[in-house]
Amino acid sequence: MADLRVDIAGLKLRNPVLTASGTFGYGIEYQDFIDLGRLGGIIVKGTTLQPREGNPYPRMAETAQGMLNCVGLQNKGVDYFCQHIYPQIKDIKTNMIVNVSGNSPEDYAECAARINELDCIPAIELNISCPNVKHGGMAFGTTTEGASSVVRAVREAYKKTLIVKLSPNVTSITDIALAVEDAGADAVSLINTLMGMAIDIEKRRRILSIGTGGLSGPCIKPVALRMVYQVAHAVRLPVIGLGGISNAKDAVEFLLAGASAIEIGTANFIDPTVSVKVAEGINTYLDTHGFKSVNEIIGLCE
Amino acid sequence: MRKYVLDLQVTSASQLSERYLLLTATDSAGRLPEMHPGQFAQLRIDESKETFLRRPISLHSVDYEKNEIGFLIQKVGPGTASLWQKRPGSTLNVILPLGRGFTMPERPEQKFLLVGGGVGIAPLLFMGQEMRRKGIRPTFLLGARSKSDLLRLDVYRALGNVYVTTEDGSEGEKGFVTQHSILRDEDFQHIAVCGPKPMMMAMASYARSKKIPCEVSLENMMACGLGACLCCVEETTDGNVCVCKEGPVFDIEKLKW
Repeated sequence: MADLRVDIAGLKLRNPVLTASGTFGYGIEYQDFIDLGRLGGIIVKGTTLQPREGNPYPRMAETAQGMLNCVGLQNKGVDYFCQHIYPQIKDIKTNMIVNVSGNSPEDYAECAARINELDCIPAIELNISCPNVKHGGMAFGTTTEGASSVVRAVREAYKKTLIVKLSPNVTSITDIALAVEDAGADAVSLINTLMGMAIDIEKRRRILSIGTGGLSGPCIKPVALRMVYQVAHAVRLPVIGLGGISNAKDAVEFLLAGASAIEIGTANFIDPTVSVKVAEGINTYLDTHGFKSVNEIIGLCE
Repeated sequence: MRKYVLDLQVTSASQLSERYLLLTATDSAGRLPEMHPGQFAQLRIDESKETFLRRPISLHSVDYEKNEIGFLIQKVGPGTASLWQKRPGSTLNVILPLGRGFTMPERPEQKFLLVGGGVGIAPLLFMGQEMRRKGIRPTFLLGARSKSDLLRLDVYRALGNVYVTTEDGSEGEKGFVTQHSILRDEDFQHIAVCGPKPMMMAMASYARSKKIPCEVSLENMMACGLGACLCCVEETTDGNVCVCKEGPVFDIEKLKW
């Protein structure tokens, strides 16, 4: 048994496997299938200061080896989260991380400040990369100035581990990563979904209600892997890799590319037990190849 | 109800017509869990290169004694079509039981009408089976385009009274289920509906006009089936809710139809 523990800027994970926001609910949706305590952490559904109804149906279109979604951050708001959801998840024996989104730097900071008060939430993941909302979301994540402004505002309000989730829908993701590092982030996670589109040829209409959506699943993995490699080589911050990871081999690729931890997203829909299988598979890889700790392979690929 | 991911073994695969497949499967590793009529399963699709997600399929029949579950599947696209490759002995990976099902009658004097259209008749068989287990005889009103689209009528007839409409008049009364004479001739206390949306909306409007409680089963496109991804939402009096978790069966008074 290899040592699977990793440290993300002081946040201690029992293994490098996290579940990605928007694909794992609040964790409780999956507790019939797996022991949640065997995960490195769970990143819960995107939370905003005010409740949001999200976009109209249809919000999903299937693609070859992936899917598009335009959910649009449907959630009941941070107050509802603190009062009704937090009590249900605070005793789950893993790192419960809240994904935070907003319409303005002030919104993000206020939402983060509320979550800062919750003892059993050791970190937040700042979503400056949602492609499915008109205001905020990706608008902040596609310029260095926008990204900096949100991260600086949140950094003042939030005292625990601050992870910033980056958008791949940019010219240079490393520029955004460097700006976020400079603004006080503790870690970056990447990539969020890639903007895409689907068309129904019988109805001759775009399938998704808002026309476009975010592409996820195995089809985006090579893009994600390239971006993780580039960012890991450009910043000093720990990098959390995600984008199409479906098995332990995929996860090891991201670790070798320089990710200190990984997130499993869309693959949870196909196999609700995949996250623990990936953790086991990483261990098998390390044992088979004679590594004593997962830290030995992080960024090992030149 | 606790949910499970199971590797079932296909016990039979019968092509009822070019468009419809009846799969039965068992869990050779243990007893099937308790399930409720109107709930569904997420079937893993491994044989199709064009698709990615699981396919939500209603529970058509559950035989606890034989430890066997049945799925009635319509060929819609490449995902469902790939299930035609299943043979006895094939593995069928499922997540079940999912969602909230139909309200069941408690006493024999409660007259429930079970209305199905097309492949929407599928979950009503399981509902009829469970009613019979409670000693209650179900009444089915089943509609289809034509006689050849009426599936497994003998099995439904073995459980209760069956009334039929076809659009071309090739079996039963000609027309739509909402036009069947049984609706004029008998009184029902509750209506359960599963079928194409226009049919369900017509039945809902009939039920409202007669002030009869009515539930319908929706089939919005789903990804996870677990209430995690929020893709399959329906606008309700409680806002956008997941069909996979709060449904697929809804009281029509909750819907914005």
